[in-house]
Amino acid sequence: MDTAPVSAQSPALQEGATYEIVRRKHPWRLAAAAVVLALLALLVYGAANAQNMHWGVVGHYLFTGVIFQGLLRTIELTAAAMAMGLCLGVIFGIMRLSPNPVLSSVSWLYVWAFRGTPIILQLFLWFNLALIFPHIQIPGIVDASTVKIMTPFLAALLGFGINEGAYMSEIIRGGLMSVPPGQTEASLSLGASSGWTMRRVVLPQALRVILPTIGNETLGMLKLTSLAAFISYNELFGTVETIYYSNSQVIELLMVAGVWYLVTSSVLSIGQYYLERKVGRGFQRGGRSRTLVERAVVSGWVKLRGA
Amino acid sequence: MALDATPGASRAAAAPYKAAGDRPDVVECHGVSKSFGSVHVLRGVDLQVRESEVLCILGPSGAGKSTLLRCINHLEGIDGGWIKVAGQIIGYELRGDKLYELPERVIRHQRGLSGMVFQHFNLFPHFTALENVMVGPVELQKEPKAEVEARARSFLDRVGLADKMTVYPAQLSGGQQQRVAIARALAMNPKVLLFDEPTSALDPEVVGEVLSVMLELAQEGRTMIVVTHEVGFAREAADRVAFMFDGKVAEIGPAKAVLDSPSEARTAEFLAHVL
Repeated sequence: MDTAPVSAQSPALQEGATYEIVRRKHPWRLAAAAVVLALLALLVYGAANAQNMHWGVVGHYLFTGVIFQGLLRTIELTAAAMAMGLCLGVIFGIMRLSPNPVLSSVSWLYVWAFRGTPIILQLFLWFNLALIFPHIQIPGIVDASTVKIMTPFLAALLGFGINEGAYMSEIIRGGLMSVPPGQTEASLSLGASSGWTMRRVVLPQALRVILPTIGNETLGMLKLTSLAAFISYNELFGTVETIYYSNSQVIELLMVAGVWYLVTSSVLSIGQYYLERKVGRGFQRGGRSRTLVERAVVSGWVKLRGA
Repeated sequence: MALDATPGASRAAAAPYKAAGDRPDVVECHGVSKSFGSVHVLRGVDLQVRESEVLCILGPSGAGKSTLLRCINHLEGIDGGWIKVAGQIIGYELRGDKLYELPERVIRHQRGLSGMVFQHFNLFPHFTALENVMVGPVELQKEPKAEVEARARSFLDRVGLADKMTVYPAQLSGGQQQRVAIARALAMNPKVLLFDEPTSALDPEVVGEVLSVMLELAQEGRTMIVVTHEVGFAREAADRVAFMFDGKVAEIGPAKAVLDSPSEARTAEFLAHVL
């Protein structure tokens, strides 16, 4: 039998014997990790000892009522805009797939207009609506001057909600199309209505595809709402802006806002992980799935060791 | 057609074979035509299936076999002719000399008359095997849950999946999934079972387990229409065999007669290729 040049020296394998398998070590991975950790420590040390950085101010504002109010407005606006976006997204997403050409065209037009223009433009548009429609009148429902109705919150909600709806309708359309047509056929052949089929068969399966993206969109929206500060809505970012205009502790207050954005987005991503696991039923193969932390720690250590 | 002259040997042993004339037609197709755009898939199909009869439909792909089944289940609407299942005109209502399309609600009910088994199973992946079988009767036919569950369990047991009730389809083999799909169709108490190439998507080693379940159903006296390429199954289970070519039934008759001595040249040629 030919022997490869590399193993020319290796002794012949004994039949019937068992050999322990020894994995290659990865010393450079550990070395690289050590270097990066050292640099990171340096960065933290530098930030902690910066001359003009007043960490005390950060600590002071981190838990003040005004900041919490701003944070609360940010969360409210995010939730309301996402809810509105989701509703519009479902309606326009289903409309887009409709065999009715009028419905699908209108849906296309909506997505085209609101996805094709900057969100800040849309916010200013809603906020300044009074310039062209000084009076809003829907018989029996609304009859008032636009300036009174179009509060910063409403303008922000409309701006973000309608914009999100355009993206969401595409996300939902993609999710619905990812479900094989055989699923609809099987459901119909059992005598189901198209409504039941959508609710019990197609949407639950589409959700598995849609949900990670909705999670991303929600995280994006959380941060995007900071733009509402420009139409004088005092959410988290607007609040810290107002404060640092008066006390000039700019970096400190930006840090305060940053901390709360990070905390909120972390909570949201943990929620997303568990929600996705729930919706994914029937799609994982056997075995108990690990919790978020277990998974991160175990996979990180395994990779570093190179086992 | 002399149905009682050559009954499937295995069926005769299982159930006393009644004279064909005593039994009503469950499925009747008369001059059924269907086109997709400019493609004429069905060009006047005539056939009848009597109660407790098993009809196998053979023929090359593109002959319209699957489309015919889908029309019987009204997954596709037909363009001409008419189809009756259990005495009801499927999808339409005769008023005067015109067939008017029925409202969605009635069509839904009619779809329940035939139980469809698909080539790719089409089980609902987010439901367990048991939920797949129960969901139709419980949520669509509004039957009491406890009753349906007992029935669903016995059907799953009969297709040999007693230990897989709470398992999701992704964890089942193709053969097991198809057997769940058969149980799902049975649970709706259909008048006729429609099999659309039920073994074509399966690995060779599991084809047998699905065919043997189907053979048992045939022997029980279920009315079945089976579109298949399994000539062996047709020979063993079918009372009659139909050959379809170019959207028409080219030849139909007792299984043994058609398979052993086809009268049409095309049928003979097809059989020579398949066997």
